[in-house]
Formats: sequence, structure tokens, C-alpha cells
Amino acid sequence: MISRAEFKEIRDNGVWHQNTSLVQILGLCPLLAVTSNMVNGVMLSLATILVMAIANVAVAALRNLIPHEIRIPVFILIVAALVTVVDLVFNAQFHELYQVLGIFIPLIVTNCIVLARVEAFANRNPPLQSAFDGVFMGVGMLWTLALLGGLREFIGGGTLFAGIDMVIPALRPWQILPEDYPGFLLAILPPGAFIVLGCLIAWKNWVEARTAARRSRGQSATTLGKLVGGA
Amino acid sequence: MSSAAKTPSPLRMAARTALILFLFVIAFTGLLAAAYQWTRPAVEAAALAEKMKLISEVLPSELYDNDFLSDVRPLAATPELGLEQESAAYRARRQGVITALVFEAVAPDGYSGKIRLLIAVAADGTLLGVRVTQHKETPGLGDYIEPRKDKNKEHPWIRQFDGLSLAALGEHDWRVKKDGGRFDSLAGATITPRAIIRAVHKALQHFAKHRAEWLADGTREEKSDDQPR
Repeated sequence: MISRAEFKEIRDNGVWHQNTSLVQILGLCPLLAVTSNMVNGVMLSLATILVMAIANVAVAALRNLIPHEIRIPVFILIVAALVTVVDLVFNAQFHELYQVLGIFIPLIVTNCIVLARVEAFANRNPPLQSAFDGVFMGVGMLWTLALLGGLREFIGGGTLFAGIDMVIPALRPWQILPEDYPGFLLAILPPGAFIVLGCLIAWKNWVEARTAARRSRGQSATTLGKLVGGA
Repeated sequence: MSSAAKTPSPLRMAARTALILFLFVIAFTGLLAAAYQWTRPAVEAAALAEKMKLISEVLPSELYDNDFLSDVRPLAATPELGLEQESAAYRARRQGVITALVFEAVAPDGYSGKIRLLIAVAADGTLLGVRVTQHKETPGLGDYIEPRKDKNKEHPWIRQFDGLSLAALGEHDWRVKKDGGRFDSLAGATITPRAIIRAVHKALQHFAKHRAEWLADGTREEKSDDQPR
């Protein structure tokens, strides 16, 4: 099955170390187009989580049947077919959810994150591990896109959760800045996505550099303590 | 000899690989076909319900008792309505008499391309309502033309058209207030409303010009056709 350490590694890789948007920088097309607000970012991520988990499990289950030389066309076939099936089933069975998520599902077919995880992980690991990998890669994307969309929306229009009433009718968007805030168009347009994403990547690198510096300082302190203690 | 048996010839390998790829294609095409067949009725029903919902927003239910989605007047490509392709007008009837028409119009000059509109006009030329069905206006700026994206939930922008007519508003009132007209607009996004106001105005003029043609349609023959439903 799956050991605790293995699970933790898959989780940490997906959510932080190998974050699809901040480290692998994959799937920028939907990322730029969709994250003009927070709700869209979250919705796209939820659809991606679902598709990645299914695609990863399918490929992991079939991985011993797929000859190495033709694995990429077979992966594309599997991913495209599954995304289309998910799209159809959503449209037919969960139509209200489809109206919210639906426009994002076809975007996922063209998203190289799915293919990248299938090739890099599911091709070499059993289905259960692959399912977790798909889910946590998606979770990493989820918080990043939520943050990206939230920042762009706040800077661009002074609101948060715009469009939430389309998902949960009882809720209303939150107007943070005064109503007469003129808005900052650049943040909402695609270049704004590049700029904010760049800032987020810089922030992640800064956090990692700081923890690495702390750890090495801490380590040298303990080795020094041991030396002193030993003496 | 024994090594040749273990590593098959390149041709055999290629044939084997091709066969496997072929089988994968067959299997997943089958999966797709099955999913499509299985979901088709529900998908079609949902698309129809969506269309009905949009139309029912602009067409009051007391105006019709017919199945207007199948009571269609074909529209040729009409530049006055911005239609580059054939379209259709749905005829709402009450006891066989046409009470209103619902048709599509396109505003070609939105901020980022075409804005597709659904317009409902009563038989006397009064606007019943307008809805935007498709647009690419800037998210968070020009998209207030969609009621569900409009921050003003009590009086969405697009509802300003409700109840208007060519008789009620003069030629020069069909403009945003900034240009000396009667219509509100949001600061920083006036190209979008200008395009819609122009398109609706033109559509009303087109309707007024061809009103007799649009309403006269041989009700009696149609009615006998409609009876079996």
C-alpha cells in the first residue's frame, strides 16, 4: 500500500517543493486567462484535481501494458479521452456545477501539467500513489491560483470572491476597497498575471532561502555545541 | 539463432507496437462513444432548458401559451441586426396571435469584439428585455452587461432597456449619459454600453420597419399545424 513517509513526500512535493505553478511553471495558459479573480482560480484547480487524479490512476493501472516507445501518444489519448468523458458526465449529471466548472474542463486538455504528472509519476508508480500525486499537485495549484486570483482581483477591482454567488447563490462578493475605487486594469489583464506570478515566485524563493539559511545556521550551532560539549 | 528468437526483428517490433497503439485507440474511442451516447439525452435536455431559461428572463410567461422554440421564423443574414449568418426569431403567441418576438442581434463593435444579444420585442414594438448571451468584454470592467456579473443586483445595467420603445425615446436619447443620452454607464467602460445601445436601437428600428412582415405570417395555416402538439 502506501507508507506514511511516502505519503508525506508526495504531499509536500505537490503542495510546495514541486508546486506546478511556482516551481514547474507549467500550464500557464489557463493560469493567465482564468485567474482574474479568486473564484475562477479555485474552480479551475478543482477541475484539474479531478482530472489529474483520474488520469494518473488510469495510466498507473495501464502502465505495464504501454510500450515505452509509444507512451506519449498513448498518454495523450488517455488524458484527452478521460477529460472529454468527465466533461460529458458533468454536463449530463451535474449540470449546475457544470455551468460553473464547465468552461474550465476543456482548458485542462491543453494543460501540460496533466501530461507531465502522467509521464513523470504515474508511469512509474502504482495507482494509489499516483492518485495522491494527482490530488496534491492539484492542491498545490489550488492555493497558488487562489492567491494569484485573489491578489489580482483585490488590486484590480478592490473586491474578493467576485462571482461566488454563481457557485453558492447565498453568498455575496466582498467589497474591500470603497465602491468608488477606480480599479487598476493592468492587474486584471493577462500581463498582470505574469507580474503577480513573478512576485509569488520571488516570495517562494525568498522563504526557501531564509529557511535554508536558518537551518544551516542552526546546524552549525549544534555541531559547535557538540564540539564544545565533547571538549 | 537463440538470440534472434529473444530479440524480435525491427519489423516485428514495429508491428507489435502499432497493434498495441491501435488497440488503445479502439478501446478509448469506444469509451468516448459510449459516454457520448449515454449522456446525450441529458445534455440536450440541459441545453434546451438553458435556452428556455434565458428566453423566459426576457419574455413574461403571460404573453405566450405556445411552444415558441418550435414556432420559428427564419431570419436571413441581416446587417441591420449585425447577423452575418442565418438566424431565427421565435414567435410567442397567445391563443394563436403573435404577442412578441425573441431574436438574436449582434453588436459588432464591443471593446473586444462582438457582443451577442437576445432581444424580446412585443408586437407593438415595446422592448420586453435584452440579455447578453456571449461577449469578450474585459472581466471586472466591461462585463457588468451580464446581470450576474453586475455589482448592482437590484437594478442590473441591462434592465434599463425593459419597457423602452422608439416612441418613448427620441433619436438622440439612445446614447449613454456621457454622450447626452438617457443611459447610465460605468466610468471607464463606455465603449461596451455604447455598442449595445446602438445594436438594440438598430434592432428596434429594423423591427419597426419590417413589423408587418414579421407579424403577418399566415396564422391560420400555422395554427392547424400547431394543433396536434
